[in-house]
Amino acid sequence: MELLLDSLFNGVAIGSVLLVAALGLAIVFGLMGVINLAHGELMMLGAYTTYVTQLIFKLPILKPFYNSYIIVSIFLAFIVSGVVGILLEKTIIRKLYGSPLETLLATWGVSLILQQFVRSVPLAYGTGLVISLLIGLFLPTTFSSKIKESTNFKYFKFSSWIFAALTGVLTGSIISSSVSKLSRASARNVDVTAPSWMRGQVEIIGTAFPKTRLMIIVITLISVIAITLFLNQSAWGMRIRAVTQNRQMSDCLGISTEKVDIITFGIGSGLAGVAGVAVSLLGSVGPNVGGNYIVGCFMVVVLGGVGNLLGTVLASFGIGIMTDLIGAGRLLSIWPDMPLSLSNTINFFATTSMARVMIFALIVIFLQFKPTGLFPQKGRMVEN
Amino acid sequence: MSFTNIKFDKKIVLSFWIILIALIIAAPTLLPVFRLNLLGRYLSLSIVALGVDLIWGYTGLLSLGQGIFFALGGYCAAMYLQITSSSEFPNNIPEFFALYGVEKLPFFWEPFRSPIFTFFAIWIIPAFVAGLIGFLVFRNRIKGVYFSILTQASLLVFFNFFNGQQKLINGTNGLKTDVTQLFGQMVGSESMQRLFFWITAFLVIAAWFFAKWVVKGRFGNILIGIRDDEPRVRFTGYNPVIFKTIIFSIAGGLAGISGALYTVQSGIVSPQFMTVPFSIEMVIWVAVGGRGTLLGAILGAVFINYAKSLVSEALPASWMFIQGGLFILVVTALPEGVLGWIQGDGPRNLLQRFGLKRKIETYPSLEANNKEGTNE
Repeated sequence: MELLLDSLFNGVAIGSVLLVAALGLAIVFGLMGVINLAHGELMMLGAYTTYVTQLIFKLPILKPFYNSYIIVSIFLAFIVSGVVGILLEKTIIRKLYGSPLETLLATWGVSLILQQFVRSVPLAYGTGLVISLLIGLFLPTTFSSKIKESTNFKYFKFSSWIFAALTGVLTGSIISSSVSKLSRASARNVDVTAPSWMRGQVEIIGTAFPKTRLMIIVITLISVIAITLFLNQSAWGMRIRAVTQNRQMSDCLGISTEKVDIITFGIGSGLAGVAGVAVSLLGSVGPNVGGNYIVGCFMVVVLGGVGNLLGTVLASFGIGIMTDLIGAGRLLSIWPDMPLSLSNTINFFATTSMARVMIFALIVIFLQFKPTGLFPQKGRMVEN
Repeated sequence: MSFTNIKFDKKIVLSFWIILIALIIAAPTLLPVFRLNLLGRYLSLSIVALGVDLIWGYTGLLSLGQGIFFALGGYCAAMYLQITSSSEFPNNIPEFFALYGVEKLPFFWEPFRSPIFTFFAIWIIPAFVAGLIGFLVFRNRIKGVYFSILTQASLLVFFNFFNGQQKLINGTNGLKTDVTQLFGQMVGSESMQRLFFWITAFLVIAAWFFAKWVVKGRFGNILIGIRDDEPRVRFTGYNPVIFKTIIFSIAGGLAGISGALYTVQSGIVSPQFMTVPFSIEMVIWVAVGGRGTLLGAILGAVFINYAKSLVSEALPASWMFIQGGLFILVVTALPEGVLGWIQGDGPRNLLQRFGLKRKIETYPSLEANNKEGTNE
């Protein structure tokens, strides 16, 4: 019983990281039919945001609130990755609408640039850049409608970008002069240390669970609930669902598909940032951190099908639990006296990398029976 | 995408070939060994690029997993070389086995004692694996982005497998070939490298003609049909699954040959050949050169790799930025690639912009009428 609980917990922990990372990918894929290869790098930005937030909270002014930095960084990571995602949508993805393979390649290019960016730009100035992007993109939307409709709006826009750039440079230099660790570019991995209340273990029904893992499960749970509520209860959620189901029809009914695309892409990217916070709690953070998770996320999307969050949830927990069952060789401990040939096979696959091999084989077999995933979208088109 | 091929005089074509062959024969004496070796490697990469062009440029299948077949070909060649030069090591098996305490050769190494088997294995094994993966995926009408992701995932699976199995194929260290013997000579020696350069150059030309033959005629037409409108091809009575499987396994076989040539010239095959970035790079060679133009794939592979080595020597950090920018630029601004742009309307449009060429008027009389209409 204890063993089963242990296995289940480990599986859920692996699966919840996958879930929060794949959630954004699945929503965007469902809506726009594009796979964002830079999703892993958006996660990486989230993880670096956690690191930067942690260092800033060590400053004397914020020292009393140090323990809560992880909560703050979740929101900041959502904003940072979301803003970068919105910029990506506005500049590149929108231009490639209708050619998903080209989008795939372009987002790969973006991911290369982002990786090299964190290697060769000091994080302090990176933060400044994100802040100026944030101001430049959102300040014009807060103007009154009178200004927006006037012919001089482009000058207002231009001056708000200048203001944004100045603010960015200013914050960048302030951060770089006050936190020495952020003032130099470095390709080395960095470490995020969990605040004291998150270290250690909790004992539930006689089994000890690490607190960081529980925290990740909680983050995932909140993200999934928030997204479900947003999609099912809010007006924009309804529009997103409508466009996901039938883009042309929604367009005809007066839904601004352009806005829906931006909002969805922003939220999807933001969720990648939240996933980055979770990832930063598990190990050290480096420019390649996203790459370790991204293929797992793709598998979740393929297995879960699009247009239904339940599929994503089931697929990630399924993959998580299977990874743990196969990778840790748990079947052997559950059933100790199985035939020798079978136990040899299980031992052969009982490493994390071989478990991936096995799970991929299982997914390919599964796709032979259900090619469109667990919950396919219903329709009568020849395509899709 | 339509290309108007420029027709050349027969004499020009003949002299082009004579110059090309003369250059290939003379290259080893003209270039320093280091550059010659690089050129040989990049030429071998252009064979895998030809395969990518066949499946992506002509059939519309974006595979992000060509590294699998590339590495499989490399491993086949390396296993043969290792096993034939292992007579002085304990148990007559390659040296690295002793590190892991393996005394008996794993069964799948046995056939690689035979040079004939190896010769066929280098392209048949990758082609077979490609065909199998392709068939399982295409059978379910999985295509587009799904196909790309699945090939990427299978790449990762193969990487994990090869990386983790020290006792079978030396895991992450890979198999070295430069100190092995072939025909009584060291593979890494200068004379052998020169020979490999010539073999590579010859095979690139052969592969080019083969690819040209594949895309010519009805088979090629069906491939282009699948790219442009697959349901219509199916409704016309063709089974796209068969054609896609065949072309995918042809591309796999080409990748295998390319991998074997690359391995003997770089001196090692390792799971690094199966990393995700390397396989996506192959796509960008074709994209920059011009997809749907076979020559573009070859030129793209050679030039981008040369640029990569030159830039990496000068400014190591900037190559990632350049490469990333290249990906974005080529899909947004130059979707047909450089050669596609030249063969298409590109140069004409450019000249037109500077007023050096007259605008093409599709219906001159209609446009003339319009002008009169606005004047009135």
